[in-house]
Amino acid sequence: MVNLEALHELPPAVGSAPTDGAFSLLWLVIALPALGAAVLLLGGKRTDKWGHLLATAAVIGSFVISLILFFSLTGRDSGDRQVTQHLWNWFTTGSYSVNFDLLYDQLSAVFLLLITGVGSLIHVYSIGYMEHDVRRRRFFGYLNLFVAAMLVLILAADYVGVFLGWEGVGLASYLLIGFWQHKPSAAAAAKKAFVINRVGDIGLSLGTALIFITFGSTSFAVVSAGSHEASSGALTGIGLLLLLAACGKSAQFPLQSWLLDAMEGPTPVSALIHAATMVTAGVYLIVRSNFIFSLTEDARTAVIIIGCITLLMGAVIGCAKDDIKKALAGSTMSQIGYMVLAAGLGPAGYAFAIFHLLTHGFFKANMFLGAGSVMHGMNDDVNMRNYGALRKAMPITFATFGIGYLAILGVPPFAGFWSKDKIIETAFADNFLVGLCALVGAGVTAFYMTRLMLLTYFGEKRWEKDVHPHESPKVMTYPLIALAVLSAFGGLFTLNSWISDWLAPVVGEHGEHELGIPAIVMSLIILVVVALGVAVAVQLVGKREVPKVAPEKVSVFTRAARADLYGDAFNDEVIVKPGVAGIRGLAVFDRSVVDGGVEGLATALSAISGRFRLLQNGFVRSYALALLAGATIVIFALLAVNFG
Amino acid sequence: MSFPWLSVMLFLPIAGALVVMVLPGAGSALHKQVALGTSLLTLAVGVALAIRYDSGSSAAYQFTEQHEWIKSFGAHYALGVDGVGLTLVMLTVILAPVVILASWNDAEGGRWSPKAFFAWMLALEGLAVGVFAATDVFLFYVFFEATLIPIYFLIGGFGGPTRARASVKFLLYSLAGGLIMLASVIGLYVESARHQGGRASGGATYLVTELAKIDFGTDVGRWLFLGFFVAFAIKAPMFPVHTWLPDTTEAATPGTSVMLVSVLDKIGTFGMLRFCLELFPEASKWATPAVVVFAVISIVYGALMAIGSDNIPRLIAYTSVSHFGFIVLGIFVMNSQGLSGANLYMFNHGLSTAALFLVTGFLISRRGSALISDFGGVEKVAPVLAGIFLIAGLSSLSLPGLSPFVSEFLVIVGAFSYSHVAAAFAVSGIVLAAIYILFMYQRTMTGPTRDEVAGMKDLGTREVAALAPVLLLIVILGFFPKPLLSVINPSVDHTLERVQKHDPAPEVPLPTSTGSSLQEGAHE
Repeated sequence: MVNLEALHELPPAVGSAPTDGAFSLLWLVIALPALGAAVLLLGGKRTDKWGHLLATAAVIGSFVISLILFFSLTGRDSGDRQVTQHLWNWFTTGSYSVNFDLLYDQLSAVFLLLITGVGSLIHVYSIGYMEHDVRRRRFFGYLNLFVAAMLVLILAADYVGVFLGWEGVGLASYLLIGFWQHKPSAAAAAKKAFVINRVGDIGLSLGTALIFITFGSTSFAVVSAGSHEASSGALTGIGLLLLLAACGKSAQFPLQSWLLDAMEGPTPVSALIHAATMVTAGVYLIVRSNFIFSLTEDARTAVIIIGCITLLMGAVIGCAKDDIKKALAGSTMSQIGYMVLAAGLGPAGYAFAIFHLLTHGFFKANMFLGAGSVMHGMNDDVNMRNYGALRKAMPITFATFGIGYLAILGVPPFAGFWSKDKIIETAFADNFLVGLCALVGAGVTAFYMTRLMLLTYFGEKRWEKDVHPHESPKVMTYPLIALAVLSAFGGLFTLNSWISDWLAPVVGEHGEHELGIPAIVMSLIILVVVALGVAVAVQLVGKREVPKVAPEKVSVFTRAARADLYGDAFNDEVIVKPGVAGIRGLAVFDRSVVDGGVEGLATALSAISGRFRLLQNGFVRSYALALLAGATIVIFALLAVNFG
Repeated sequence: MSFPWLSVMLFLPIAGALVVMVLPGAGSALHKQVALGTSLLTLAVGVALAIRYDSGSSAAYQFTEQHEWIKSFGAHYALGVDGVGLTLVMLTVILAPVVILASWNDAEGGRWSPKAFFAWMLALEGLAVGVFAATDVFLFYVFFEATLIPIYFLIGGFGGPTRARASVKFLLYSLAGGLIMLASVIGLYVESARHQGGRASGGATYLVTELAKIDFGTDVGRWLFLGFFVAFAIKAPMFPVHTWLPDTTEAATPGTSVMLVSVLDKIGTFGMLRFCLELFPEASKWATPAVVVFAVISIVYGALMAIGSDNIPRLIAYTSVSHFGFIVLGIFVMNSQGLSGANLYMFNHGLSTAALFLVTGFLISRRGSALISDFGGVEKVAPVLAGIFLIAGLSSLSLPGLSPFVSEFLVIVGAFSYSHVAAAFAVSGIVLAAIYILFMYQRTMTGPTRDEVAGMKDLGTREVAALAPVLLLIVILGFFPKPLLSVINPSVDHTLERVQKHDPAPEVPLPTSTGSSLQEGAHE
């Protein structure tokens, strides 16, 4: 038994009230984009003309339903906001039964709005971005598939259902990273993402198995109701296995290396999947499993450590990248590190993890789409050393990107200020060292984001020949504006601590954390650190000439950061190379020892027996003979026994 | 005497085979149409049988037929299916028309006329039904050996350049297994005769239901068990007696490989359930630790070998070694999840491997090479082929939403329940599967289009039509495996009763009232 006195109270159990009224529409949220994907992918060329419109309409339809559901939910009493829609029984063996059930509660409601809302904007943006791609219909089919799978992931009421969505988004991610698969680099990146995610899936498979063995069920309702009765060993085991799963999907150390390569995909994909939604699934998994994590200090400590390592690692990588998308990808890693860290803080941090996940979804999608807009105007060049002075050429992109920049820095009153401050405060209240990590991360974030802004929008023009930057069409800039508005005002969710109160029935109540100093002082300290980061960037990047080619003579730290802190090098040396050598050896072993042994035996036998050789020459008669001989032996043996 | 459903399904294809042979000509469209028609008719009978099957019945076998055959041996012509038998009979009759349609032009240039290919296919279908439906050990043995004849001719007559060597190797392995099993079959007779006192009818018997009542004693039971198990392990195939399989699939036509790997190899795992666990429960439990070790080795070893293969049919053969490892693991962990998963796995693996062999077969015949390194960028010229290849591959790596996921997940859960260590090793298979499938896909389908494949045609109507039913089943059963599980689960309960094993109770007892609405599915 866990030490119950250490808890304020037991983690809340997941409710299971059946759906009625508007909530019976729940399945449609998934069905619309799923249908869109099916029509586009199976319909073939016939749907080329209108496919992208259908796909966009499907997601917007889901968004509208999500809004209706959300307001229906807010209309209910706060104790009555968890509904379950039973669709059908997936499989049953022995006492183990898994249903296709959808759980709609305060947590999934927030995600539903994020996924379908940001998803709709990105669909609209992609109409413009992918206009000249001959395979645009297929792109939209994959995007719809992704949205459907992501909705399964966050609506499933059972860990196995989560697994379905989990791998579904993995598949969509694989297809979209490798969308331009004629490029070997894109195909390789897609495969890498899938394989590394599968390593994480080991955690989800075994974690689910352990949950079943511990609770006899994998539904959230049963597990949350019984988690306080489970042994601490089982809880810690489950927690660590789920953490492994989260590391894969959310690109956390040590499974982070796929995310940077994933930038091979079209930019709207990077915005939707690899910034706003899919990569945050790991955070969702931990927060959803709060009834496990709240009861296991050990697993939570591991979560915090992983979060801290990744938030610093991602920030450092972001500092050294000249590729605008990779710099943003490093930043995504780092920001998800913050969320994971917050989730590891337990009931004090769950709500802030989700809050930051939301605001990050807004401002990072905003900046990725902004980067896409820049690339659109720069002939798909991603190298920031070829940018410069773009603020005049692309005023809307610059303005919206700028708001995203202020939001991620945590400048008040933009969205990131509210969410990131909360995390850093809570981290300090938990442990000084953890808080320090989060604080330093904020400073480094300010540095790399300022560097990115300066390289792209300020300074001298460093454009290649024949590049004529221009503002993107309205179909692309309107989504940017919408996301910029959200990045600016997304922080309002925390007004009157709305988000914490809203999520409390799902993730549990917690008392006010005790910070040694007033919150306003903490905020000022954070702002000073951020300002420091900005100042250093202005000094190092803004006041010097930017060379067109990245300088070779740089410190070991820069070199390490450019090499993604040697994540790939480590994998290559420790896993890939020995693995390839081992498989080669195994092939020889299979041929010469396993197979050779048997063949040698056969040869030896045939040498002894001339009759046996008849068997080997492969003619019908020898086989007939063998059958006959076999049958004769049977008959004689049987007769001998029967009449003997 | 009710309608002899199973006999019809057994003899209809064999009769069709004779008709195909008797019809004049070497192999015209007519021969193929007759073959396809026969297999479709058999499928129709199979569907009718499946609909009439009563999953709520308490009888051990349904659609039973029993006639005395060789009285002095106690051998009967006895047929009947339980849930496991039914699913495998259905797998056989579903895949036969698919394979015939897919192999429409694959029999040209063989050692014998093309019509022989289709006749052997039909004969194989009928005999395979016999194997899965036999409820008499002697009859089973006869069918077990008899299936070797058509498959031997199919491999040796219609494959690639190494077919002669491959067919002999296949035959040697199979015969060796068969002979070892024969010893146990004889032993069973001896024991049956010795224990006849307890039975009213007197005399020895080979009926499974009668044999199951005999307590063979520890030593005898274990020896008899071993005889059966070794034969089935070769058939399945498990490490280290697997090497005949890659050689065979490398040489055989894709259709032959499907019938061999998807259907005939299942005899091995089917036999473990039907004979090893059913007749020798004590010996099976005794052997479990060793079998689990070999199963886990098969999973990892097969997957690693698949990663290292450049030849596509060899690669698929090794993936099957890995998958059969999962099936054997599920059977021998002896709990509901493992056993249901293993049974389901047999069916699902049949589908996914069939899709994979056939679609790569189309690919290989277009290029004239089976080497992965000879392809590149095919997706651009043949997107439908690439798409189907990817779906088949994803089903092989057990992507959730496709049918193999449920079975593999259940086996992993069952294995975890039996031993954390075994499950931890087995689960590495899911990562390795992603590597072997996606690496193959990457190297053949993506990247710049190579000159040699630039003129490649996409799949035609016949080819898509052959694959479509398989893909459709893979998707439907991925979300709704209930039709299969509802017939499998009673058989699993029976097996658990036989081996006297109970599922371990969860650490935290299941709530009785809360969450009842979520648990309602269990009682549906």
